[in-house]
This record gives sequence, C-alpha cells and structure tokens, in this order.
Amino acid sequence: MSEKKSVLIINQKSPYGDAAARESLDIALTCSIFEMPVTLLFCGDAIFQLLKDQQPGKIQQKKIEAMLSALPMYDITEIYVEHDSLIQNGLTDEDLCLPVTLIDQSSISQLINLHDTVLTF
Amino acid sequence: MTLHILNKSPSADALIKRMLCAIEDGDAIIMIEDGVLGALDAHQGLFSSIPDNVALFALEADLEARGITSRISEQVSIADDKQFVVLCSDMDKTVSWY
Amino acid sequence: MDIEFDDEGYLRSLQDWNQSVAEQIAQQEGIELTPAHWELIEVIREFYQLFEHSPAMRPLVKAVTLKLGSDKGKSIYLMKLFPGSPAKLLAKIAGLPKPDNCL
Repeated sequence: MSEKKSVLIINQKSPYGDAAARESLDIALTCSIFEMPVTLLFCGDAIFQLLKDQQPGKIQQKKIEAMLSALPMYDITEIYVEHDSLIQNGLTDEDLCLPVTLIDQSSISQLINLHDTVLTF
Repeated sequence: MTLHILNKSPSADALIKRMLCAIEDGDAIIMIEDGVLGALDAHQGLFSSIPDNVALFALEADLEARGITSRISEQVSIADDKQFVVLCSDMDKTVSWY
Repeated sequence: MDIEFDDEGYLRSLQDWNQSVAEQIAQQEGIELTPAHWELIEVIREFYQLFEHSPAMRPLVKAVTLKLGSDKGKSIYLMKLFPGSPAKLLAKIAGLPKPDNCL
C-alpha cells in the first residue's frame, strides 16, 4: 500500500479581505477526503480566521469560524498557531474557536521539514 | 480636509507609513475591510504620531465580521455604512490606501 | 406557494423546507422516509446549523457516529437508507445545499 503524502498548509492572510482563507479551507477539506494527513499553520493576519464571535452577515460572507470549527469532523486536528502573531495582536489561544498548538516562529522550519508537501495561502 | 480610507491590515506597514506621512491637521482616517484590524487596542501605537484633531473611524460591518468590535481602541469611533457616506461627502477629498 | 429548486433538485431557499417538502423530495428520489431516515435528517441539519455547510461523506459518518452511535455511523448503513451517494441525497432531502467537497 502506498503511503499518503502529508500536507502542511500555511495560512498567512486574514479572513474576508480576499478569498485566500476559503480556498485554503477547501484544499484542507479535500485533502482530508482523500485521507491525506493535513496540518494547518496560522501565522500573521491568518490568526484572525480562528477568532471567536465572527458575524460576517452584514458583509454577505460565510462565517470562516464555522467552517474551521468543523475541522475535527474531518479528522484535521493538527492545528498550529504562531504564538508571536497572537501576542502582537493582543490575543491569546482562549480567544480562538478551536484547540490549537502554539509554536514559536523559529519552529516553523521544523514543521516544514516534517511534511512532504507545503501549500501557502 | 481629506478622508483617508485604509483597507489593509497593520501587517502592511509600508503602506500605513505612507498614509501617515500624508495626514494633515483636520483630516480623518476610516479603516475598512482588513484595515479594521488596525483599530485593535493592540495596534494603538500605529497612530501615535497623528495630530489630535485627526479623527479615527472603523467600519462597523467589517469589525463585526471579524469578531473584534469589543477589542478596539478607545481612540477609534465606530461608523456604520451611512456615516461612512456622510464622511465621504463632508470631506473635501477621499484617498484610498490599498 | 411555489417552492424553487435548482437544476439538480436542491432547495434554493433553506426556509422553504418542512417535513412534507422533505417527503416530496424523497419520493422523487424513490425513498419512503422512515424513522431511521428522519433521525439522519436531523443529524445533517444539526451539522449544517453548527458548521454552516453540508458535510461530505466522511464528516457525515463522524457526525452520525457521535449522535447515534457507531452501529449507525457506517457508510454501509447510510448507503442502505440513502442509496448511491448518501451525503448528497441526505442534504437534498434535508433541504440543504449540495455538499461542496463530495468527490
């Protein structure tokens, strides 16, 4: 049996400003359907994708937070957040809609090395 | 008097620096789309150099979408779509920074 | 009152859904709804309410396992009740949009 390739998706963009967050999520869910192991990393403005209490009704968009909350249902549980990005924005992991693992900027290279493929959004 | 419209987050520091250089007494800044992330209390330092009589606004719908309405700085006033239109028509010019 | 469907037979407006609409759609698909069907309809509607999208097969199976136990949380069980492609069929009868990631 051939081994499935592992995928690391690095998210760097905030939600709603453009389609990056939705496209990234689409890829993540698709990988999960093919039973490829998926890891997500959120850094920079992308941490705002995970923030609780999003209400995008007035800008006619689908709630990114609701889609991300479903990740455990797709067996995507390896979710990393760059700790510095939270600090810079005055946030902590308790402000996020999912349990995540906090990592330092200096550990990102390790994460990249651990995966077969890396996609960035 | 000019209304400066900012639609990029604080991570676009070169853009924000350029906008801040162009600010004059009596101008106003409104943060929209990803720009509203600059209204966060944590980013108050961004606007420390602007004159006291420059008003700061952030667009309500974009704050709500991102779940940050309760986290913004006291310096920033919330504007709804109607108030945004009024601001645009009250000021002599509008400049979009993006 | 006219209820609108898209080209593939999914409801255009989620508000139009009720039990008799579900029965009507099911009938068109050749399915007679039993209590076993209804409890699955409830699971998928709950999923949609929480996560704002229709689940593909894998998360659907997981959701059914969590709600109704591992005996029912199996593809085979879902296939028996909603033959062909259960995630799509169930979404259709439950008045939800077609699942995006149904490959």
